Amino acid sequence: MNNPKVEVIEDYCKGCSICVEFCPTDVFEMVGFVARVVRPEACTRCMLCELRCPDFAVKVY
Amino acid sequence: MAFDYEQYLRPGKLPHIWCPGCGHGIVMKGLLRAIDRCGLQKNNTAIVSGTGCASRLPGYVDFNTLHTAHGRAAAFATGIKMAKPEMDVLVVGGDGDGIAIGGNHFIHACRRNIDMTYVLMNNYIYGMTGGQFSPCTPTGDRTSTTPYGNPDPIFDVAKLAIGAGATFVARTTAFHATQIDKLITAGLRHKGMAVIEVLDDCPTAFGRHNKFRSVVEMMKRLKDIAVPTQAASQMSPDQLRGKILTGILHQEEKPEYCEQYQQVIARAQAAAKF
Ligand SMILES: Cc1ncc(C[n+]2csc(CCOP(=O)(O)OP(=O)(O)O)c2C)c(N)n1
Ligand code: SF4
Ligand code: SF4
Ligand code: SF4
Ligand SMILES: [Mg+2]
Repeated sequence: MNNPKVEVIEDYCKGCSICVEFCPTDVFEMVGFVARVVRPEACTRCMLCELRCPDFAVKVY
Repeated sequence: MAFDYEQYLRPGKLPHIWCPGCGHGIVMKGLLRAIDRCGLQKNNTAIVSGTGCASRLPGYVDFNTLHTAHGRAAAFATGIKMAKPEMDVLVVGGDGDGIAIGGNHFIHACRRNIDMTYVLMNNYIYGMTGGQFSPCTPTGDRTSTTPYGNPDPIFDVAKLAIGAGATFVARTTAFHATQIDKLITAGLRHKGMAVIEVLDDCPTAFGRHNKFRSVVEMMKRLKDIAVPTQAASQMSPDQLRGKILTGILHQEEKPEYCEQYQQVIARAQAAAKF
C-alpha cells in the first residue's frame, strides 16, 4: 500500500486540538489556531484523527 | 481510506455552526458512517430533530429532514413512520430536547416500540441557550442556573429508555468514535425503538462552568469514565463508582407498533366489510 497522506482542511479546522492530542504517533502540531501535519511519515493510518475531528477537517488517504 | 462524508452532506454547509471541539460533529460523522454501512437510501430516510445545538444536525445532511419545535422530534417522527412505515426514520437531538421538554414524547415512543432509531447527544446541559441545567446535569455540577451546584438527581437516559419499553438501548461517548457508528448500525438493524445515548461534550457551556480548561480535558474524561459492559462484569462496585457502562445495554424482541397498527386497520376494514 502507498504511504499514508494526511491532510488538514484549514478552512474547516477550528483548532480544538483533538487530532494533535490523540494521534498515537504525533503527526500533528498546533500552529496558531489550526492543526498542521508536521510528521506525515509517522502516520500508521489508524484513522483516529479523521474519525474524531468534529469539523470534517482531517482526511487520511 | 478517507470516508466520503460529502456524499451525504448538503453542499456548501461546512464549516458547521458548532463550537470548537463540540462532540456533535463527531456524532454526525458516526451517524453518516452507520447510514452508509446499512445502505439507507436518501429518499427513503427521514432524519428528525427538535431544537438545540444537537438538533441542528438535520440541516447539514442530505436526506428528508425535519427540524421541529423544541422537544417534539419523537412526536413528528412517529407521525412520519405511521404514515410511511416503509421509511427509515431517525431522530437526533440533545438531552434538553429529548429528556426535559420532550421527555414525555420520548418515553411514549419507547413504550410503543415504534421502529425508529433515536440518537441522543447527552452533553448534560442546554448548550444552545447559555448553559442552563438539564435533567441530565450531574448532581453537584455547575451550570448558569445552578451556580452553587446542582441539587437534582439525574435521569439516566439509558435506564429511562429501558424502563419505558425501548427494545434496543445502547450507550457510548463522543470519544469512542468507532463505537458510535457500530451502535447506530446495530440500532438501525433492530426492529423497534432503538435508543443510542452518546455522552457528549459541550466545552462552551458545560466546560466553562465546571473547570474543564480544554476540549482535550473533556475528551479525556469521556475516555476515563466509560467502561464496556463486558469489562464491568469483572469489576467491583468500588471500581465502578463514577463510571458509565457502554455498549449494548438492552435488546429484546417485542411487537412493533406500526405492524400492530396495521392489524387494527385490517380488523376495522373487515368489520366494515370493505
Ligand atoms: C418551547 C421552547 N422552549 C424553550 C426554547 C429554548 N431552547 C432552545 S434550545 C434549548 C435547550 C437545548 O438543549 P439540548 O437539547 O440539550 O441541546 P444542546 O444545545 O445542549 O445540544 C432551549 C431551552 C425553545 N426553543 N422552545
Ligand atoms: S481535530 Fe479537526 S478541528 Fe480539531 S484541531 Fe484537529 S483538524 Fe482542527
Ligand atoms: S491516521 Fe492515526 S497515525 Fe495517522 S495521523 Fe491520524 S491519528 Fe495519527
Ligand atoms: S454551545 Fe455547547 S452544545 Fe452548543 S455548539 Fe457550542 S459546544 Fe456544542
Ligand atoms: Mg444538551
